[in-house]
Amino acid sequence: MRVKLKIWRQKDANSKGAFVNYDFDGASPEMSFLEMLDALNTRLIEKGEDPIAFDSDCREGICGACGMYINGYPHGPVKGITTCHLSMRYFKDGQNIVVEPWRSKAFPVIRDLIVDRNSFDKIQVAGGFISTNVGSAPDSHAIPVIKEKSDHSFDSAICIGCGACVAACKNASAMLFVSAKVSQYAQIPQGKIEAKERVEAMIQKMDELGFGNCTNTGACEAQCPKEISVINIARMNREFYVAKIS
Amino acid sequence: MSSFLGSSLTKKIVMAFAGLFLIMFLLVHLGLNLFLLSDDPGPFNKAAHFMASNPVIKIFELVLMGGFLLHILWGVILQIQNWLARPVRYKKMAETQISFFSKYMIYTGGIILIFLIIHFVNFYFVKLGLVEGDHENFYGMAHELFQLPGYVVFYLVALLILGFHLNHAFQSAFQTLGLNHETYTPCIKFVGLAYSIVVPAGYAVIPLIIYFVK
Repeated sequence: MRVKLKIWRQKDANSKGAFVNYDFDGASPEMSFLEMLDALNTRLIEKGEDPIAFDSDCREGICGACGMYINGYPHGPVKGITTCHLSMRYFKDGQNIVVEPWRSKAFPVIRDLIVDRNSFDKIQVAGGFISTNVGSAPDSHAIPVIKEKSDHSFDSAICIGCGACVAACKNASAMLFVSAKVSQYAQIPQGKIEAKERVEAMIQKMDELGFGNCTNTGACEAQCPKEISVINIARMNREFYVAKIS
Repeated sequence: MSSFLGSSLTKKIVMAFAGLFLIMFLLVHLGLNLFLLSDDPGPFNKAAHFMASNPVIKIFELVLMGGFLLHILWGVILQIQNWLARPVRYKKMAETQISFFSKYMIYTGGIILIFLIIHFVNFYFVKLGLVEGDHENFYGMAHELFQLPGYVVFYLVALLILGFHLNHAFQSAFQTLGLNHETYTPCIKFVGLAYSIVVPAGYAVIPLIIYFVK
């Protein structure tokens, strides 16, 4: 199959980028979107041109490394999957496809489709952890956890930190990511000890880094490849207010 | 404390509380406006006089003005921050929002603000003595305005926009306050939808009846 690609090219963070058109003939419906880009890059290298830079790692939808804005959607138009799981069969032969990097002040473009997502790491460092003794793994039942709470915590913890929520939000808000990270600890006993400090520190860091404010549009939930719910945002808001008045 | 006051979440909670207060006030104001449908100007003018002179209402008036100012001020500040958070726009952006009207809150809010300023000039500033007019006969003033086709159309358009604003505002305020529940949130969304239709429709009925029937 043949696709007409319009891809954002930018040499480095300080250069001005622009869209470049690529007419790629030779994609197959079984290929993933990233494999199609790999094939395109091979051709570019053979022609002596710079390959298109993009992030990817596990290519199994669990690491959160890949991510690009494809035809108006983070990770492409298919719900609940990452870019690496996006198959070319979802596109029509001859279709125009616009590929852009995540756009956010807090995610500056490093090169082409790669953005610097260190902001997420900084938020995690601010409070996305629990303090515990190092050593061998503790007994799994040493701290009783209610099954329902454990399940909800896991639902939050499956956030892979890819940044699609920021990319999808019209305000480039990171609330879904931060709320998932706050929620995964807020619902289990291990996270209760530092709950107050955690939510305050993570929100303060999020504000400092220049993410936008949540206006409850729900675009983050709709576009999250792990389908993290905005219920996490409401939970984080509660955690924040309780932390401030207690 | 400074981190609390400066936090994005604090601004949002102020927006939510002020917004919910304004939403409740809309219902009170509608109750008052329905007296305009009476042929007797007495009940409406008496109610307007009560609203203008009762000391308890005067305190609420101050709270209401504070609510308006905070809601508008934080709304604009948050929106500017949101625009700055994405300095480079996407070339192609699909419709991904779950709540359709949420995308246009700053614009619908701006139109409502214009309506509010005109409404203040027509009535509230008359009450304060800043604009000339018979502040003992708001009934007559309202009836006069609702005889002007241009004003009626503007009033109805403003109410339609208010409905769009309320449609997202109601449910959004609850989410901001941390009230999201698998069972109750669908009820909140339904009440918000119903409120955003019924209340503006209630206001809209008044000029239509006065213009076409009276």
